[in-house]
Amino acid sequence: MLELAWLIPGFPLLGALLNLAVGRRLGEPSSGWLAAAASGASFVTTVLVFNELRSLEAGERFHIEKLFDWITVGSFDVDAGLLIDPLSITMALFITGVGSLIHVYSVGYMHGDANFSKFFIYLNLFVTSMLLLVLGDNLLLTFLGWEGVGACSYLLISFWFTDKANATAGKKAFVTNRVGDFGYMLALFLVFESLGSIKYDDIVAGASTLAPVTATAIVLLFLLAATGKSAQLPLFVWLPDAMAGPTPVSALIHAATMVTSGVFLLTRLNPILAEAQVWALGTIAWVGAITALVAATAAVAQNDIKKVLAYSTVSQLGYLFLAIGSGGYVPALFHMITHAFFKALLFLGAGSVIHGMHHEQDMRKMGGLRKLMPITSATFIVGWLAIAGVPPFSGFWSKDEILLYAYNADAVGGKALWVIGLATALITAFYMTRQVLMTFFGKPRFSEDVHPHESPKTMTTPLIVLAGLAAVAGLLNLPFKGMHYLQEWLEPSLFGNEVHLDASSNSKILLALIATLVAVSAILMARKVYGTLGTGSFVPASGSEDEGKPMTVAQKIEKPILARAWGIDEAYSRLFGQLGEKLFHKFASFDRSVIDGAVNGVSKLASGVGTTLRVTQTGYVRNYLQFMAFGVIALGVWLLWRLFI
Amino acid sequence: MNPAQPINADLVLSALVIVPAVSALLCLAVPRHMAKFAALLGSVLTGMISMLMLANFDSTVGVYQFVESYDWFGGISWSLGVDGISLFLVVLAGLLFPIAIAATETPENQGRFYSYVMMLLAGSMGAFLSLDLILFFAFFEVVLVPMYFLIGGWGHGDRIYAAMKFFLYTMAASALMLVGILALGVLTAGDSGISFHIEDIRSALAANPLSDTAAMLIFVSFMIAFAAKVPVVPVHTWLPDAHTEAPTIGSVILAGVMLKLGTYGMIRFGLALFPEAALELAPVFLTLGVVGIVYGAAVATVQKDLKRLVAYSSIAHMGFIVLGIFAFNSQGISGAVIQMVNHGISTGALFILVGWIYARRHTRQIAELSGLQKAAPVFAGVMTLVVLSSIGLPGLNGFVGEFLILMGAFNSARWWAVVAVSGVILAALYLLWAYQRTFHGSPEGNNATMPDLSIKERLAIAPLLVMIIGLGVYPNFMLERIEPTVDVLIASIEEADLDSGQFIETEPEAPASRAGKDGLIEELEKAESKSEGYGDDHGGDS
Repeated sequence: MLELAWLIPGFPLLGALLNLAVGRRLGEPSSGWLAAAASGASFVTTVLVFNELRSLEAGERFHIEKLFDWITVGSFDVDAGLLIDPLSITMALFITGVGSLIHVYSVGYMHGDANFSKFFIYLNLFVTSMLLLVLGDNLLLTFLGWEGVGACSYLLISFWFTDKANATAGKKAFVTNRVGDFGYMLALFLVFESLGSIKYDDIVAGASTLAPVTATAIVLLFLLAATGKSAQLPLFVWLPDAMAGPTPVSALIHAATMVTSGVFLLTRLNPILAEAQVWALGTIAWVGAITALVAATAAVAQNDIKKVLAYSTVSQLGYLFLAIGSGGYVPALFHMITHAFFKALLFLGAGSVIHGMHHEQDMRKMGGLRKLMPITSATFIVGWLAIAGVPPFSGFWSKDEILLYAYNADAVGGKALWVIGLATALITAFYMTRQVLMTFFGKPRFSEDVHPHESPKTMTTPLIVLAGLAAVAGLLNLPFKGMHYLQEWLEPSLFGNEVHLDASSNSKILLALIATLVAVSAILMARKVYGTLGTGSFVPASGSEDEGKPMTVAQKIEKPILARAWGIDEAYSRLFGQLGEKLFHKFASFDRSVIDGAVNGVSKLASGVGTTLRVTQTGYVRNYLQFMAFGVIALGVWLLWRLFI
Repeated sequence: MNPAQPINADLVLSALVIVPAVSALLCLAVPRHMAKFAALLGSVLTGMISMLMLANFDSTVGVYQFVESYDWFGGISWSLGVDGISLFLVVLAGLLFPIAIAATETPENQGRFYSYVMMLLAGSMGAFLSLDLILFFAFFEVVLVPMYFLIGGWGHGDRIYAAMKFFLYTMAASALMLVGILALGVLTAGDSGISFHIEDIRSALAANPLSDTAAMLIFVSFMIAFAAKVPVVPVHTWLPDAHTEAPTIGSVILAGVMLKLGTYGMIRFGLALFPEAALELAPVFLTLGVVGIVYGAAVATVQKDLKRLVAYSSIAHMGFIVLGIFAFNSQGISGAVIQMVNHGISTGALFILVGWIYARRHTRQIAELSGLQKAAPVFAGVMTLVVLSSIGLPGLNGFVGEFLILMGAFNSARWWAVVAVSGVILAALYLLWAYQRTFHGSPEGNNATMPDLSIKERLAIAPLLVMIIGLGVYPNFMLERIEPTVDVLIASIEEADLDSGQFIETEPEAPASRAGKDGLIEELEKAESKSEGYGDDHGGDS
């Protein structure tokens, strides 16, 4: 079965090619079902491979399936080859699993779109690239997937291209990610230079020979790449804009799968991380922690239902980096999986709301949808409980694990990281409660000619499945003896580089209690703040009894700072957009006036000199004789000079 | 598989020059409306001959193949040969000409027009195939004339200025090269008299090296000519003008084939003959290459004319090639050769597409175009693929060369490579921005009714799209034919490097032995394959 692993990316590729050939003729909904079937076949194959892998001894769960020689030059030699191990198969399982559900959902969501089949071509291509990213047996094939998902993301964000904002968002996502790719390429070159190979098995074998400085440089460069793809500081700015794409795209690419690839990459390279200096890991942890906090605060002040989830995704991905930097690869993967379930669920739920509200995304114009969209709201509430960290829903277990690792990561500033993580958890529960209240509870605030309706079965079925998963996924890795299933499964891919905590059960229970308390109190606080107002803002509505009171700090910073995500994006666009463009214009005018000016100057000079010299060509013999005489005299003087002096 | 010239290939290379030359005459001789047909026939025939040559090329050796040599006069000979460096340039020319002819509109006075086009093909082929320096120079110069007439006669806008600038610029730059070639011939003349054959000169140089000054002067005289041809910043300003004003087919050939004469010459006659001088001046050319990458991209970003934008993108792409050449290792130089071919494919396709836009909309101003994707979805799809190829998306052709060049440069000229990698960001910026402004958004005015690609146009562009994907997925097809020749070249440079003791760092070595775990896995795999017996059916030569 392992030798058939190429079918995992092969099926969605085939689906894309078939739809490219006959998609338009198949039309709606057949072309969508074809794509969903391709993705489903890939999921089934992955499950079979997973079973096969499980039947092997733990030490043998590392299989390379070479497809063909890809690029061979001198000592540089990479194959198109797939690496089948617990890490890659875990990723492949939730990519194809969640991916298939989202394909089904899209059949309903994209109903009536003029480019229905094109959407599914892109979706299948995306799944193919994502699978190559995680299954590639070397850094270059991973890079192919890495860029492939970026390109598909670009195409899907700007899918409704007639709107200028969508097109701009797509371009911004691609270019911002290219900044990260700068790091990826340099890191790859550095790995090749120091290890002589970029295959993962050679990296595993040779990483221990790396000098700590080299390993640190490699890790930091890959971190730059990861901050691009996984939307962390300083490169997170593209993700909120990426919400311009159709909502299933946001769920699949910008929540569940693509944005986790930075974390996957760092996990895959754990042997190099193990050789790097401690502060490299510290950087990863702190980038994650600060991003988590900053993005969570931004989510509090968003009114677009998808923007809240976008900043929430940035924030949750920050947790994953925090986990990696604390040596917790398993908690990172654990939370990645639970997050894939509950965030895909929340996005699809939001999509269902948007669908039912006729493309309204402003939460201020929603409210009271609980009764009109029962399935959507029930499943959304499950997602909310999961992300808020309410036991026993999945997010509680995985987030708790990360906080536990952060608490114990003393080498990189553990307690401070834990406090930031906890604060983020508080804010998360707070803004998610705000979202649920504004959308599903309270009085309806939409106009009377809007008639929200529940979505069709193709859309609600995936919601129900994901809600189930979001509720129980904690079972994957419970903190009780003998129930660390995920940890045991992933161990062969981590080569003993993960931190093993031997925290006492008492401290575990205490930390979990604190976290639960924080979540519940945040929910209550949010209920108090937003429950009655319905404006979704700290600032009281005009006409309410609180109007006119002096502004609190929270009220003062809400609009100018939080809603604008601390102004980071605007600062970039001022710096790179305006200044950069000015600089480039300077280059262009330099090119025209100075360089080309010099060229034209030379030609003018040539013709000028010619015109001047033409005066001497008089045609009179006596003039020429005069010139000759001058010449002879000059020559004679020079000769005498040379001979006698 | 070792077809050491299995067919009687005596005149294959001469045919590559003579067939297009004859069809150039034919274009004038046939009735006027038949000229395009004659050109198409001649170029397809040339393309087929080049494929025949490719099929019989021996990929195991790094020497000249299909060699033919006839003495002419005064030490000059009609000597042709092909090796890994020129092989795919010849094939590229053979394929790009028929595509360009088929893809572009038939102009007025097509007899003379297509006659010039075929002269270009003959000249380019001759230049890539010449083993005699004087013969090379003759072809190198001769291609200027038909291009001058194509731009001046069938161009747009300020075409006379552009044509004159193009002609004088490259002519003036190569004047010194002729002096250099003559000096080289005289200085290396032995008992058997003067010879301009590259192998004679090389062995003469090996036996009696020139003085450092002489070698340096001759090298510089060559490099000035090539640098203007590439073009390297700051001697590049003829290119945007020539490209913008040239008819589409002229731009395609200029970018796709003729610019490569410069970079090809750098490798063939610069590096190969004067490795010491090349090593000494490497920092200069590395810098010029990197400047070209960043500067070309920056200027491209703010262009208002779509064709001018593509022209400046060419400058950036050619900068990569220069960088790769002066990386002096097999990744860098192989990457440079690959990039020459792939740039020809991608930029050739871009110029064809921009030409089609111009033919439909009668404007190339970005500001006047918008929302074309709405009106012409297939056009947009093709454009997207070509743009992504030009950006260097992995899996498409453009990535391979760029990646190998940067990797090679990283090993021998680290900080130049670091700056050059930033060019990768800029490429995404200017191309996607241009695409956004022209194809995205909602179409206004005449943009809403722009016709989509016709069947004929789809067929014409299809081979380029196949190459864009094919060479990206399986670049080894080219690499395995290029590499033996590059290895020979590298060996000679390393020899020179030993003599002069300069800066090349050795390539990293492949790990000699895998650790125990991996050995175990290999054993397991072997055992598995035996027991299940799936042996070869999953692809290959492991």
